[in-house]
Amino acid sequence: MIWFDRTLAIAAKEARQLARDRVTFGMIIGVPVLQMLLFGYAINFDVRDVDAAVLDLSRSSMSRQLVGDLQATQVLRVVRAADSEQELGELMRRGEVRVGIVIAADIERRLFAGDRPAVQLLVDGSQPSLENLAQGLGSMPVQQRAGVRASGAGRFEIRTEYNPARRTAVQIVPALIGTILTMTMVLFTSGAVVRERERGNLELLITTPVTRGQLLAGKLLPYVIIGLIQTTLILGVGRLLFGVPMVGRLVDLYFGALVFIAAALALGLFISTIAQTQFQAFQMAFVTMLPSILLSGFMFPFEGMPDFAQAIAQALPLTHFNEIVRGITLRGATLADMQVPLLKLILFLLLMFVLAAARFRKRLD
Amino acid sequence: MTIAISARGLTRHFGAVLAVNGIDLEVQRAQIYGFLGPNGSGKSTTIRMLCGLLVPTSGTVNVLGHEMPREAETVRRKLGYMTQRFSLWDDLTVAENLEFMCRIYGLDAATRRSRMEDRIRDYDLGSFVRQRAGTLSGGQRQRLALAAATLHDPELLLLDEPTSAVDPQNRREFWENLFALVARGTTILVSTHYMDEAERCHRLAILDLGRIAAEGEPKQLACGIDATVIEIECADLTAARRALATVPAVRSVAQLGKRLHVLMHRDAVDPERELGSSLARYCADARVERVGATLEDVFVAATQLRRSAVGRAA
Repeated sequence: MIWFDRTLAIAAKEARQLARDRVTFGMIIGVPVLQMLLFGYAINFDVRDVDAAVLDLSRSSMSRQLVGDLQATQVLRVVRAADSEQELGELMRRGEVRVGIVIAADIERRLFAGDRPAVQLLVDGSQPSLENLAQGLGSMPVQQRAGVRASGAGRFEIRTEYNPARRTAVQIVPALIGTILTMTMVLFTSGAVVRERERGNLELLITTPVTRGQLLAGKLLPYVIIGLIQTTLILGVGRLLFGVPMVGRLVDLYFGALVFIAAALALGLFISTIAQTQFQAFQMAFVTMLPSILLSGFMFPFEGMPDFAQAIAQALPLTHFNEIVRGITLRGATLADMQVPLLKLILFLLLMFVLAAARFRKRLD
Repeated sequence: MTIAISARGLTRHFGAVLAVNGIDLEVQRAQIYGFLGPNGSGKSTTIRMLCGLLVPTSGTVNVLGHEMPREAETVRRKLGYMTQRFSLWDDLTVAENLEFMCRIYGLDAATRRSRMEDRIRDYDLGSFVRQRAGTLSGGQRQRLALAAATLHDPELLLLDEPTSAVDPQNRREFWENLFALVARGTTILVSTHYMDEAERCHRLAILDLGRIAAEGEPKQLACGIDATVIEIECADLTAARRALATVPAVRSVAQLGKRLHVLMHRDAVDPERELGSSLARYCADARVERVGATLEDVFVAATQLRRSAVGRAA
């Protein structure tokens, strides 16, 4: 009874302080919403309306139809026509267009024979946002298009070739749950413990009969609840604004989120046992955050990474949580299907908690 | 059991630094025991070892009949600790801070209510109950900290420089509160660098360089001082100072207004005459008089003199 009362007393105190700290409290709601809008709208791998110029050496009805088909995909928007290769090169160099379309003079013969590319696409590789486009368009052999055309389909289905039914928000929003939880959970807990040490509150607390377990549990409890609120917020906004589906069971997702929140909190706690100041804690939290965001498969496909990066990614809880979340929300997987990443997550949680508890002493030395 | 704290050969290193060096200590119950010493003399480190925050490098500590640091958790129920810095929560109100500490000490709801009422009345906190602790003045904060440290009726209070940020009027009141606690049987160990506070203690240890340089009741210490105290009054104090510098038996000189306060070796045969004759050449009007030692003299004799002696020996 007293055990819980002490824990609850600490949790209530923590929550009260948090509610009074308007900036932090605002961040709890503000960060997820802002990130959602940012990643959902602004960061769009779904490239559209890229300015293009055409150098049509054939000037035939077929070449005009091909340009029309390309425009219809809405990936490209033909804004200029060049008269020579030099002019096209100039337009690209000046950045007036990002893509050049060169149609060979003998397009009909080439398409019919299918031996040489009839159309050459020049993509501006200096633009990072166009990398996907370059890959997508480049991986689409002209011969195949010729085949499509020859079979009488009459359309270049570039969208289909590029990425069937790919909507960025659908991929990004579920993965945002883990990213945002990593940021807030690790940062807030490590900060909350270190702040008390900095202000001398901890020196007082550890001379009282409060136990290590009560102290740590009481400190973490409010953040577990905040984590669940953030999860709900992201799921809600994701559905409302971006129509992100929820194919699997909500209960499964919340269970996975709970395990992940605990893992992130344990990491924050571990950081707080090393950091001496809030600034150090912030820096350390940031150091763990960057690889999480870059390597967890949130932004870049996990499969494309070199071995050592994959090894690091395996050690990051976010990697496993992203797999769980995408599995449950998009593919309708169950917790049983996701047991491997879930177990890895639990392993990480236990390891961090043991490390943190071993380092956190009711002493100053 | 009349002894609240006893320590033998208490020592603590921080890396190469020797913060506390073989302290022996015995504190009687229901007394105010003072630690007087300059910054870095080992006061805080000793207090932290007594409440189990630091583990001694060597030596034994017994607090309220319990071995430390082994039985630290038992001792913590009977112990109140006030840190050097205000360590309650600035962003909680006075009432919230007290309520929180009550729950931490495991008091039930009824006890909680009555204790809070008592402390708020005893320490005159009634008008700030709903005010955040961060907005209180230095004196108000100290009262709040003392109220929080005594919520669970501790047998022993450890106060680490409790009045360093408090004005003289509030310091007086603070000490009145301490005496009221002692009257109810609480043992108090307090560290300070104020002489007037040290004088109020029942017993006193002067700490210097991690050792106890002198120990006893304040009056006793003044009588047993290892020096003769002389006061000199004359027109040209600067000249007198220069003259005193040539006298080997003079150990320290301090100016008090228009007088010079001089500590001399105890074994000087006739210190008044010796000083009078060496001063005569510089200031004929000098009046030389032997006076009783103050606690400050004891402090200077125990700390600075010993240091310079150590310095010379090295």
